[in-house]
Order: sequence, then C-alpha cells, then structure tokens
Amino acid sequence: MSEYNKMPLLMDLSRKDKFGVSLSDIDVPLSELPESSLLREDIQLPELSQLDVVRYFTNLSQMNYSIDTQFYPLGSCTMKYNPKINDQLASLKGFSNIHPLIEESLVQGSLELMFNLQSYLSNISGMTATSLSTMAGAQGELAGVLMIKAFHEKQSTSSKRNVILIPDSAHGTNPASASMAGFSVKSIPSDQNGNMDIDVLKENANENLAGIMLTLPSTLGLFDNQIVDICNIVHEAGGLVYGDGANMNAWMGQTKLGDLGFDVIHINLHKTFSTPHGGGGPGSGPVCVNDTLLNYLPGPVVQRNSNVYEFVEMPDTIGHLGAFHGNFGVLVRAYCYIRALGKEGIPEVSKNAVMNANYIMNKLKHAYDIGFDNRSICMHEVVFTARKQKQNGVKGLDIAKRLLDYGYHAPTMYFPLIVDEALMVEPTESESKNTLDKFIDAMLQIADECENNSELLHEAPHNTPVQRLDEALAARQPNLKWSTK
Amino acid sequence: MAKQFPYIGNSEIEQEAILEYLGIKSAEDLFVDIPKEYRDSNLSEIPSSISEMQLVEHLTLLSEKNINPNPSKSFIGAGAYHHYIPSTVLSLAQRGEYLTSYTPYQAEVSQGTLQVTYELQSLITELYGMDVANAGMYEGGSSLAEAALMACRVKNIYKVACLSTIAPRYKEVLRSYLAPQSIEIVFMDTNDVDMKKDEYACLIVQYPNFYGSIEDMRALSDTAHKSNSLFVVSADPLAAVMYKAPGDYGADIVVGEGQGLGIPISFGGPYIGLFACKSEYLRQMPGRIVGKTVDKRGDSAFVLTLQTREQHIRRERATSNICTSEALMGLMMTIYVATLGKSGLQQVASSCFHNAHYAAEQISQIDGFELINSQPFFNEFVIACPISPKIINKKLIEVGIIGGLDISDQIDNGILFCFTEIHSKESIDSLVDNLKHVN
Repeated sequence: MSEYNKMPLLMDLSRKDKFGVSLSDIDVPLSELPESSLLREDIQLPELSQLDVVRYFTNLSQMNYSIDTQFYPLGSCTMKYNPKINDQLASLKGFSNIHPLIEESLVQGSLELMFNLQSYLSNISGMTATSLSTMAGAQGELAGVLMIKAFHEKQSTSSKRNVILIPDSAHGTNPASASMAGFSVKSIPSDQNGNMDIDVLKENANENLAGIMLTLPSTLGLFDNQIVDICNIVHEAGGLVYGDGANMNAWMGQTKLGDLGFDVIHINLHKTFSTPHGGGGPGSGPVCVNDTLLNYLPGPVVQRNSNVYEFVEMPDTIGHLGAFHGNFGVLVRAYCYIRALGKEGIPEVSKNAVMNANYIMNKLKHAYDIGFDNRSICMHEVVFTARKQKQNGVKGLDIAKRLLDYGYHAPTMYFPLIVDEALMVEPTESESKNTLDKFIDAMLQIADECENNSELLHEAPHNTPVQRLDEALAARQPNLKWSTK
Repeated sequence: MAKQFPYIGNSEIEQEAILEYLGIKSAEDLFVDIPKEYRDSNLSEIPSSISEMQLVEHLTLLSEKNINPNPSKSFIGAGAYHHYIPSTVLSLAQRGEYLTSYTPYQAEVSQGTLQVTYELQSLITELYGMDVANAGMYEGGSSLAEAALMACRVKNIYKVACLSTIAPRYKEVLRSYLAPQSIEIVFMDTNDVDMKKDEYACLIVQYPNFYGSIEDMRALSDTAHKSNSLFVVSADPLAAVMYKAPGDYGADIVVGEGQGLGIPISFGGPYIGLFACKSEYLRQMPGRIVGKTVDKRGDSAFVLTLQTREQHIRRERATSNICTSEALMGLMMTIYVATLGKSGLQQVASSCFHNAHYAAEQISQIDGFELINSQPFFNEFVIACPISPKIINKKLIEVGIIGGLDISDQIDNGILFCFTEIHSKESIDSLVDNLKHVN
C-alpha cells in the first residue's frame, strides 16, 4: 500500500479555474458592493474537478480502519456496529432540512421524538428526567458538575463545597470537567481489588465535599460491589453522586444507576446507543437526573402539554451549553436504535457484551496477565497488562501496534493509568464468537512472537499505509496547515 | 427460539458455546457483583422491538409531523443557514471508513481522517486569515465560550468585554461557561466601548453581528489592543470569503459556526465550531490538533499532536475538557469547500450578498417596512414591520413561507431576515408580494 504515502494534498492537486459543482446564476439585479477597504482581495482555496474530489476523498478513506471494515477491541470506547438504517432515517428531509428556530408548532415530529427519547433514557438509567442538549460525553460531564455546583449554591449562598472526588482510574475528562466548573479535584486511590478505597473516601467525606464522579463499572471493567455504600457515604456528608455513562453498555437493562443512588449521569449516545463515531464525533451526551437535580437541567428540555410538545427551561437551569438544542441528527439515530431493539433487546445487548468480554478474558488470561487478577469476572471490558511480555523487552504499545498488522484496531493502551502497560479490550455485543476466536488467535500468536521474535514487535506495524510516526518531531516543529505561498 | 436481534453478533448457539466455555449455566452469573436487590430490567417506558420496515414507517410518519421543508421558501438564519449541499458531500462523508472510524489515536490506520483534518485546519486558517486552527469544537456557541476561557488563561485576567450585538444565544452560552469560573462578562454597545488598560482579558465581537451588520472592525481591534486585551471574533466563514478576514484586522482568536459550509441544518445539530488563533497562543488552544510529521521510513504522514494540552494527558490542568468533537462535520466542510473550490465559494458568497441586498431594497420599499441596518451587511438584516412579526409569520406560513426570525423582544416589531444562494429572484419576489398583503 506504499502508494498511499504519496497522497497529495488538495492544494497540490489544485489547478487554476477548476470547480467541482455547477451553481445557479445570480438572477437578481446586482447591488453596489461596499467600499473596497472592507472587502477581501484574494483567497487561496483549492480548485478541483468533481472527479478529483471524489477520488481524493475515496482514496483517503481507504487509509482508515473502521467498524465497517475491522474489529475494534477498543476499551472504554464501545465501538459497536452502527446500523445503516439509522443514517438513512436521520437524513429524511423532514428532519435534516428543518431550521432549529422555527416555531414549535411546526416541528412537533422532532419534538415528539426528543420527548420520547428523554423518557427512554430516563427509564433505562432509573432517573426522573433527561436533557438531550449536551453535545458530547465531556459536555454532559460539565453539565453534571455544573448542576451539582448550582445545587449547593442554592442550598447556601456561602457554600464551601468546592471539592470533587474522582477515582484514580477515571477518564481524564472527569477531572478536566470538574475543573472547568470551578471545582478543585481530589483523586481517590483504588484498593487491591480494583474497587475504590473506602477509607480514603470516608476521610474526604466532609463539609467541603461537593460530590464524587464515578464510572460504573470502573475503567478496570469491574463493577464496584460497594457502590451503594459509596453513594450513602457521599450523601450523608452532603455531597452528590455523578455517574460517567462511558461504561453503560455493561449494565443497561440489568440495573439502574438511579436506583443505586446516583443523582446525575451522562450517557454517550455515540457509544452505548450505536451512533457512528465519525472519526471523532459527532457525539451526544444527554444528562439524566433524579428529583434532587431535576430543576437544574441544562436547557432546553421537551415537555408535553395535552399532546402538544414544547421546549421549556427548568426553573434553576444551569443554562444553555450550545446555541441550539443539541445534536439532533445523533438523537434520531439513537432513537432508532432503541426502537429497533425494544425493551426485549436492550438487556440482550449488555448480556452479550459482558459474555464476550469474559470469553476473551478467559481465553487469554494464560498468555497475558490481568490488571486485577483476583476478580474472576469482568463486565463489558477486560484490562490486560503486558508486564509478563515486558520481561522480554516488549511493551504494551508494541503489542497494540502488532495487532494492526493482523487487521485489528489496537486496544486502548496505557489506560487506566493505574495498570502498568495496560491493554484494555472491549469487544461489544456486535462481535460474534467467530470473530472473537480469530482475534484471540492473533493475540496468542503475538504473545508467542513476544517470546520468540520480539524484534518484529518493536518495528510493528509493517503492513499499514504508514509506519510508526515521529511524534516528537510533530510537537517540536508544529506543521499544522499547508502553505499557500 | 428466543427473539434474535440483528445488531447482536452471536447466534443463540454461539451464546451457549460461550457460556459452556465459561462453565456457567446462564449469563446471570456474570452479573453477581450487582447487589441482587438492585437487579432491575424493567424497561416499561420502552416499546417492544420493531422490524426495520416498521422503523422506516414510524420515522417517516414522525418526520411528516414536521412542516414540509422547502428551503427556498425559508428566510430564517440567525446562526443556522440553508445552503445547497453538493452531492459529493453526503456520498463521500457517508463512507463507512470515515463514518464508523474512531478518533485517530492510532495514526498508522487513521491517515484518512488525519489528513482530512490537516486539510480542514488549513482551510479554516485561510478563511479566517489566521496562523493556526484546531480540528473543531462542538458548534459556534461553545466555541466562542472556549475562546473567552482561553483569553482569560492567556491574559490571566478573569473579566471579559463583549459587544451587546452578539447573538443572544451566544450570550447565554458564554454565561453558562464563564459564570462557574467567576468570570465577569461586561456587555457594551458598539459605540460605547470603554476598556481600561489590563482590565479585560478580551473584547468579543461577532462578524457580521447578530443583526447582520459589519462592525467597525479596525476601530474595535485597536481599542482591544490598546487596552492590552485580546481581540476575539466570532466570524461567519462564508462572510469572510467576501469581506476581509478577521485576521486582517489583527484578531487574536477567531471562532465561528461551520454549519453553513456543507452541513445539513438538521434542527440545530450536529454542527462544527471553528477555532483559530495566532501561533503565539497555540499551546493555550483547546481541542485536537493534527500535525504533519514523518514515519520511520521518512515518508510524510499525519498525527494528533500537542496532546499535552488535552484532558487525557493533563487531566484537571487541561486547556479544556473537550474530547469527542465533530470530526465528521469537519470532513463534510472539507469536502464542501473542495467541491465548490475558490470560484464556487466566491460565487456562493456573492449570491448571498446580492440576494439579500435585492430583498432588503424590495422589502424596505413596502409601506411601513423599514430597514434598520445602517452599517454594511452581508446576507442578514433587520426589518422593522408595521405590525407584529408574529402575525406576519403566521400569514406567511399559510402560503408555505417561513419568514425571518421574530426579534421583537429586541427591536420593535423586528424581523431578522436571511438570504442565501438557495433563493432566487422568484422566491424573493414571492416573499415581497406576500409581505405587501399582510397589512
């Protein structure tokens, strides 16, 4: 595939006076232009024929791995199949051509869909209400901690509750979101079982505690069986409990975070609810709350009044985090996914996701160590450690890169941070035993290569469009755009 | 046989084989860490599973409960715009290799997404006349809020000045993002900007402003810089094809909504927030950035870079919490600009300008309708109407026309109209005719 290395840029392909689409002529009388000092003299943009454009983007696409072409054992990212019909339906003119600011009576179909999706997500999470307006998981997190902040400020204008506790296994977005909300962040260690260290939690359950951000199951793929106690300890100290929905694929239809004691969670529709990841978005990160935080939801929220749907703002709302109503096109896809599975299918998703992860864990546990090996069961993902392979001078990175040669995307590497040489594998329910068996074979073969041919791994990948990149050079001498000179 | 679901990979036989291998009778045994009394699979709000054919019928019916959209008879803009989207955009962006790929952390198998993002960054910097751009934010509003936060970090001043002419919805987003960090926002009228030295981190200006007008950018930029503040501009990238680029006025950070460049209007999202700045502020920029480098063979290749700014490395000290953003929308924008090319984009901008100016002239000739904008404008303007915009828009709907945005809460009987290349003389004349008869 070496010809791909010479993929030119648009500007390299550009030739004067070419264009890729014919446009209608201007048919109104021309008006006088503003004074020239206000106008732009020139702009450098590519000039290509339509075929140039089609070939360029088609050829480039073939340099990507994707769910449609490969298995992604990518822990924490829930790279499941993205049903094609959902893309088609989101593109219906009656959805995709609707302006966000036209009168609500004219968009009752969109509002009905949003209203129903709110109630489905509330039902699945065991919460009172949902706002769909947040546009990614991290924005949902921000909304969650902003609600916690607004709640404490409403309780007491002189609230000193400015600490958010976060386990050391958490995603980086958690502390970053808490910090954006103006909180100070304190990290809680995990115990030898991969659960939260309850003693440290108790030490910090005091009058400064605003809340805790938890991921359940944790990023170790483990369900913390002390969860109800944790929620109680935080609540008794006057704090609130935030749930990061990143790992929802493990529990939807099996338990409800609202019942366990969570006050607010966010959901990643682009993970659990199958909307395409798009190479890094669009996402959608709805927030679901219990009665405590109901009045603080970000706007707008859809309500039904005698069969008429309308946007409303909650009385103590934290406000809007985007100009319009969230990523509607993503909401349509998630709605379709839920309707196609129905109440019968949703528990089957988590069941198969968890079965698949346990299958991989047990098949590979002799070749690769498990991060926390005193637990016999994992949830929807399993965290391996390459500490055994490290003795042969092979890193987790090398193993991950070698997997690319076998036609698999790499697992999530070096996360969670508390596991040495972590390789986090999440198969999702989309994959069949047949696919998993082939992946397992590849992993076993690589384990063998670690012992007998470790050079092969240091150099991997060998069969990809490009080889390992000089990341230091990229950061040292940033080249971030083409030159028009 | 139990019901099967097409999105679940394992057949019943395969499921049984897995259980057998695990040495358990039922998958229930895998959920023992969930306290028994909290096992709950009651999904009573969710209807039963339906077939793909039923799903198509159901969604089609739902979409038909919305107004039948005809963009050429719609004259509303205000931050989301109807434009013609060439066939290349959707057909290429829907390719599974783009659509279903992950964030390009594994550069060796993500060169497609990475190279497109490098192209996108290049296009944004060219449109805005800036040094560097990131891979995109959620949308225009939150992008502006992040720009304000960045200005505060750069200046270490936690107070911002903002023209009162920015979009009311952008003001709201600014408040939601800035208030929790105790950052004060002072709104100022365009002709009454008063900034003491070192008092404000930045001056925020929208270009064109919410009411369509081109602000006096040179003077505002000078005012901001004289008081040692950054000049932050929220700019419509299409307007910047025709009017001077914000960078020409010395803008320090430029953000904006990219939806108008090839992204469906889709009831408000997904869109893409554009974000660019001067290179001296690069390391304070939020979001992902793609850079060009070489691989082991020395071939050029692309990679996510400067990641030490980001949440997955820097955690609570990151420049932002942003992670998943709007990569696919960035791809669509890149395909759109590549397809139209230089002359196409210039023609679209020109068409927006002339359609809007023709319409403004025609509408303001009707008795009682008055053009409010005294400054130059691009493709949006405000008309003060003789009667309530509510009544006017209601009458227009009866003939299948979606009028402009009712802004009577800001300007007496004001309507904000928007025109793009999607309109023709005929559709504009039809609007004007109908406005003549609403009285």
